[in-house]
Amino acid sequence: MPAPYALNDDSVVVIIGSGAGGGTLGNELAQKGIDVVILEAGPRIEYEDFINDEWDSFSQLAWLDNRTTGGGWRVHKDFPNLPAWIVKAVGGTTTHWAGASLRFQEHEFKGLTNYGKVEGANLLDWPITLADLEPYYAKAEDKMGVTRTNGIEGLPGNNNFKVFKAGADKLGYKECHTGNMAINSADRDGRMGCQQTGFCFQGCKWGAKWSTLYTEIPKGEATGKLEVRPSSHVLKIEHDDSGKVTSVVYADKDGKQQSQKARIVCVAGNSIESPRLLLNSASSKFPDGLANSSGQVGKNYMRHTTGSVYAIFDKPVHFWRGTTMAGIVRDEAKHDPSRGFVGGYELETLALGLPFMAAFLDPGGWGRSFTTALDHYDKMAGMWIVGEDMPQEQNAVKLHGELKDKYGMPIPDVWFTDHPNDVAMRNHAYKQGMAMYDAVGATRSFPTPPYPSTHNLGTNRMSEKASDGVVNKWGQTHDIKNLFVSDGSQFTTGAAENPTLTIVTLAIRQADYIAEQMSAKSI
Amino acid sequence: MVTIYQGRPGLTRRELLKRGSAAGALLIISGSAVLSTSEAWGLESTALKPETIATLIQLARDIYPHDQVPDKYYAIAIKSHDEQAGKDAAHKELIEKGIADLDQKSGAGGYTGLGWEDERVAILRQIEDTPFFQAIRGSLVVGLYNQKEVWPIFGYEGESYSKGGYIARGFDDIEWL
Ligand SMILES: Cc1cc2nc3c(=O)[nH]c(=O)nc-3n(C[C@H](O)[C@H](O)[C@H](O)COP(=O)(O)OP(=O)(O)OC[C@H]3O[C@@H](n4cnc5c(N)ncnc54)[C@H](O)[C@@H]3O)c2cc1C
Ligand code: SF4
Repeated sequence: MPAPYALNDDSVVVIIGSGAGGGTLGNELAQKGIDVVILEAGPRIEYEDFINDEWDSFSQLAWLDNRTTGGGWRVHKDFPNLPAWIVKAVGGTTTHWAGASLRFQEHEFKGLTNYGKVEGANLLDWPITLADLEPYYAKAEDKMGVTRTNGIEGLPGNNNFKVFKAGADKLGYKECHTGNMAINSADRDGRMGCQQTGFCFQGCKWGAKWSTLYTEIPKGEATGKLEVRPSSHVLKIEHDDSGKVTSVVYADKDGKQQSQKARIVCVAGNSIESPRLLLNSASSKFPDGLANSSGQVGKNYMRHTTGSVYAIFDKPVHFWRGTTMAGIVRDEAKHDPSRGFVGGYELETLALGLPFMAAFLDPGGWGRSFTTALDHYDKMAGMWIVGEDMPQEQNAVKLHGELKDKYGMPIPDVWFTDHPNDVAMRNHAYKQGMAMYDAVGATRSFPTPPYPSTHNLGTNRMSEKASDGVVNKWGQTHDIKNLFVSDGSQFTTGAAENPTLTIVTLAIRQADYIAEQMSAKSI
Repeated sequence: MVTIYQGRPGLTRRELLKRGSAAGALLIISGSAVLSTSEAWGLESTALKPETIATLIQLARDIYPHDQVPDKYYAIAIKSHDEQAGKDAAHKELIEKGIADLDQKSGAGGYTGLGWEDERVAILRQIEDTPFFQAIRGSLVVGLYNQKEVWPIFGYEGESYSKGGYIARGFDDIEWL
């Protein structure tokens, strides 16, 4: 049964956020007998209550607190208060995510070494290698039930995949299949197989897709060692004179401020809220924010080089039917600078419902050029580009100079501008994607600009040296021993792959380290 | 109800026909209502002038023209501006002034007096960066395309959980490849 812990219990590990990183870490620690309190800003909404409707689901689950944006990216103009699509609910963005679960490639852990000094980029090697992560990747894939691992069958291809696959074959791509998806292709782990409902982005009402909400969290709660406190928005992390963190201040469901004591604090609020919280926790001892002696908190914000290609055919596709993202071409994921850029990208199938297609196909677009595309909505196919973007110091999550949230804390201001390498990669991917569809007879195709960021990374990056980043190879902050970062903000570089499998992998590994350090009494 | 085909002198304003789109739907102003004879619906205006509403419907169609979508759905899509105008004087002014400006730019017959979509779109290109245009366009993205009744016109099937998903309903039924 879920164990309620007292506010003044200073023996607990407090985790901020219950998504991919926080939810996994909480369960892993609880399984080891460690007392854990997860504070989650959003409400607890079980999967039966998810809604098969894009905008209704968005209002139900998305993080809608005010944010601002700046920089050269188009999202700044088209969605000035929605830089990112992130969830505020128990389970975090693993409620909305599509399930694509890929391991990073070996060379991607050594970005600086393999790509060299790229002008304007703040590249750095990870302090860990693929070999360090392999055993943990294996655990994560088993936990999440990733298809094409552990003897789990791939998902069947839907209509959108079939068009995609036919194009890939025509272009001679070799590695194209229905993906490594954290979606059950058959009953597994007490959850049923995918029913091809096609609302993966709205939360899976069958529970076929892995989410911490109905896997890690209830499993952790069942140990009696994990309490998840929903509607608990953390405002500040506090420390003592020695610089150790001691408690967190949060607003409870009634907006009343509470203080929860802690032995260890793990920040897992995703890459916008995590650095914001560290910056908002500035004190006289740490005037630039917690764990920020390097000045890198909030910097190097990455979001993957993305974009979509949609195409119209002369016959129906019905691409919204079935799994949203079960289809991938991996041939372009390699590092091959002869293409005119460093790093690589994946192509993945993607379908949007009519309401989101209208909002995202060409934001701001109007007139017949736009509407004749939608007129053929039922004859559309679509894919998403996800590639490695360059970390840049000026791409950053900053505290807004004037605007505050309802608790009086400065809101985040998210700055992003493409690096020339990102632009070159995107243009290459557009060309390849359009060629795939042309090869199967598309009559018109659309290079669609990036959506608000779904992959938010890098703002508390991992580094060998304390002067280069915020956390060490365990996600422990260089500056404060009992303060950890447990989400995608740890990423030193973004790699070409969707991030969540790696976030979960790092959380499993971090749990081992925390348990070890606790029993050695070093934290 | 009167159907009048040309705004001739001598007609009262409220009888003035608001000529519909090239698709030919006819909108009639009667009292505070905008009526569609062909589609058999009416929209009661509360804060905006009914003529303004009729022009807004044409404007909405010109921004997102779908010849297969009846006026009714454009009318529903712009209704929120009438509601908002009732609560917010600044919004009312934004809309009324925006429409007046559009009419003025369009010459003697006003915006809806321009017979070809191309002529109206040419006017819209002049104002597309204005807060008025952006307010209308922005609201239509959700106001028009999020109407469940509109989805079948585009073939979109909407909610599928209650029907058991598409596992037995054609998720992989493509035949032409
Ligand atoms: C539509 C969509 C599709 C996606 N598809 C994929 C995919 O196919 N594959 C993939 O790998 N990734 C995918 N992603 C990305 C994936 O969801 C994220 O990378 C992942 O969930 C991030 O994990 P996280 O732990 O960093 O943060 P999250 O999962 O976002 O969890 C953070 C949690 O912290 C909470 N929180 C934040 N601040 C506070 C605070 N101050 N106090 C208390 N709680 C707080 C939030 O409410 C949230 O619940 C997708 C994302 C979206 C939006
Ligand atoms: S398509 Fe499959 S995984 Fe996606 S929401 Fe439906 S049942 Fe769940």
